[in-house]
Amino acid sequence: MRRSLVVAWLFTRIGVMNELQYRANFFVALFQSVLTLGVGLVVLSLVFSHTQELKGWNHEELLCVMGIQIAMGGLMRATIQPNMLRLIEEVQDGNLDYALTKPEDSQLLVSVREVRVWQLVDVASGAAVVAVGVSRLESSVGLTDALALVGLLALGAVMLYCIWLILATGAFWVIRMWFLTELFEGLYQTGRWPIGVYPGWLRYSMTYLVPIGFAITVPAEAVTSRLEWGTAVTAVVFAAALFAFTRWFWRFGLRRYAGASA
Amino acid sequence: MSAPAQPLPQASRFRSTVDYYLTSMRTHAQTDFQYRAATYMYLIGMVAEPVIYLVVWSTIARSQGGSVNGFTAGEFAAYYIVWTLVRNMNIVFTPYGWEWRIKDGHFSGLLLRPQHPIHYDLATMAGGKVVWVLLYLPIAFALTLIFKPTFDVSALEVVVFLVAIWGAYLIRSMFLWLLGMVTFWTTRASAIFETYIMAELLLSGRLVPLQLMPGWAQTIAAFLPFKWTFFFPIEALVGDLSTASLLGGLGMQLFWTTVGAGLVWVCWRASAKHYTAVGN
Repeated sequence: MRRSLVVAWLFTRIGVMNELQYRANFFVALFQSVLTLGVGLVVLSLVFSHTQELKGWNHEELLCVMGIQIAMGGLMRATIQPNMLRLIEEVQDGNLDYALTKPEDSQLLVSVREVRVWQLVDVASGAAVVAVGVSRLESSVGLTDALALVGLLALGAVMLYCIWLILATGAFWVIRMWFLTELFEGLYQTGRWPIGVYPGWLRYSMTYLVPIGFAITVPAEAVTSRLEWGTAVTAVVFAAALFAFTRWFWRFGLRRYAGASA
Repeated sequence: MSAPAQPLPQASRFRSTVDYYLTSMRTHAQTDFQYRAATYMYLIGMVAEPVIYLVVWSTIARSQGGSVNGFTAGEFAAYYIVWTLVRNMNIVFTPYGWEWRIKDGHFSGLLLRPQHPIHYDLATMAGGKVVWVLLYLPIAFALTLIFKPTFDVSALEVVVFLVAIWGAYLIRSMFLWLLGMVTFWTTRASAIFETYIMAELLLSGRLVPLQLMPGWAQTIAAFLPFKWTFFFPIEALVGDLSTASLLGGLGMQLFWTTVGAGLVWVCWRASAKHYTAVGN
C-alpha cells in the first residue's frame, strides 16, 4: 500500500513537471474557464428571468450545483480523462506492454501517468462559484455539512474514475473509441442541473449507470440542507461496489490484451 | 522531362468534380456505417445536450402554467427534437481537426490534389450525414414517444426545411473553415475557436429558441450568420413562418454562404503561403 502511494506520487510529480513546461497553456485554460463560467452564468440568469425556481431549487442553490459541476469537471479533465485516453491509445498501438511489464499494479499505473495540471483552474473557479453560492444561501452551512460535502465529492470522484475506467477497458474489445470523450462530455453536462429535474428513466441512468447524480447533485444536496442520511449511505455503498466491480472488470479485460505492436 | 498536364475542358471538369463529390461521399458514408456502434455512441453524447435544454425549459413551461413566452412544453419538445436533426446536419470539419491535421502534416497530402482542399471536407462530411441522419431516426422516434412534441407541418415547410439544413451545412462549413485557417499561423488557436462557439451557442438558437433571449440579443443575432444555421432551419419546420419569411430565410442563407465562400477564397491565398507542416 505504501509503495503504491509512493509510485503514484512519483508519477504525479513527473506529470506536473512535464506540464509546467508549457506555461502558455495556463492562459488558455484560464480563458476557457472564464468562458465556461460566463456561459453558465448567462444560462442561469436566462432561466431565472423566466421562473423563480426549478423543481424546488432557487438561483443560489443552482449556483452551488454549477460550481460543483465545474470543479468536478476540472478534476476529471486534469487527472482521470488524460490517463484513460492514453490507455485507449496504448491498447490500440500495443504500447501498453511497457506499463504491464513494470513490477507494480497495472490498474494503479495506468491511472496515474498523466496530470493535466492547468485544468485544475476549473477546480478553483468552480470552488469560487460554490463559495459565492453558499454565501448567498438563506440557510447556513455548518461544519457537518462542509465535511459531508468534502466526503461526498471524494466519493463522486472515485465513481467518475470507475466509470471512465470501465468504458476505457472497452478498448480491449472495441478498437475505435474516438467517441468516448464526446460521449462522456455530453453525459457530464446533465450534471449542470439537479438530477431531480429529469424524468425517471434518465434520472436512474444518470445515477446508477453513469453516477453523475451521485458525483454532483448529492454533494450539492449537502450544502443546500437537503441531504438525507440514507442518500449518503447509499453513495458509500454504491462507490465501494462500483470500485470492486471496476477492479474485476479491468483484470477481466486485461486477459484479452495480446499486445499489438509486435 | 514530362509535358505539363493539359487543363481539362470545362464540361468534363464539372463532371469530374461531381464524380469526386459522389465518390468521396460514398466512401465516407461506408466508413461511418462500418463503425456504426462508434457513431451511435457519439450520437448519444450529442443528444444529451438538447435533451437537457428540453427538460429544463419544459419544466419551466409547466411551472409557469403551461408556457414560457408562448412556448408550450410540446413546442419545446418539437424544437429540440428537430434541433438534433439540424445539429446532425451542421456538424462540419472542426477547427480542432485543423489543428491536428496541420500538426501531423496530414494537410500536405490535401494540398497536392488538383482541387481546392475545401471540396474534400465538404464532400466527406456530407457523406457522413446520410448515415448519421439514418442512425438518428430511431432516437428521434424514441424522443417523440417520450416528450410528445406538437407538430403542425405544411408541405412548403418540409421543402424549405430540406433545403435549409443544407444551407446551414454550407454556412457553417464556410465560417468554420475560415476559423480553421487561423491554424496556418498558430496551432494554438483554441481560445479563438471557443469564443466563436460561445457566441454561436448564445446567438444561434442552439441554447434556446431566440424568442426567449432578451430583445437586444435578438437584434445582434439578426446581423450575424449564426441564426441561419440553427434557428432558421428549426423554425422553418416547427414554427409558423409565413411563406415570405420561409423564402426570405433561404435567401439569407444564400447570402451568408456567398459571404463565407468569398471570405474563404480571399483568405485562402494569403493563408496557404504560411503553411508549414509541424509534424513529420
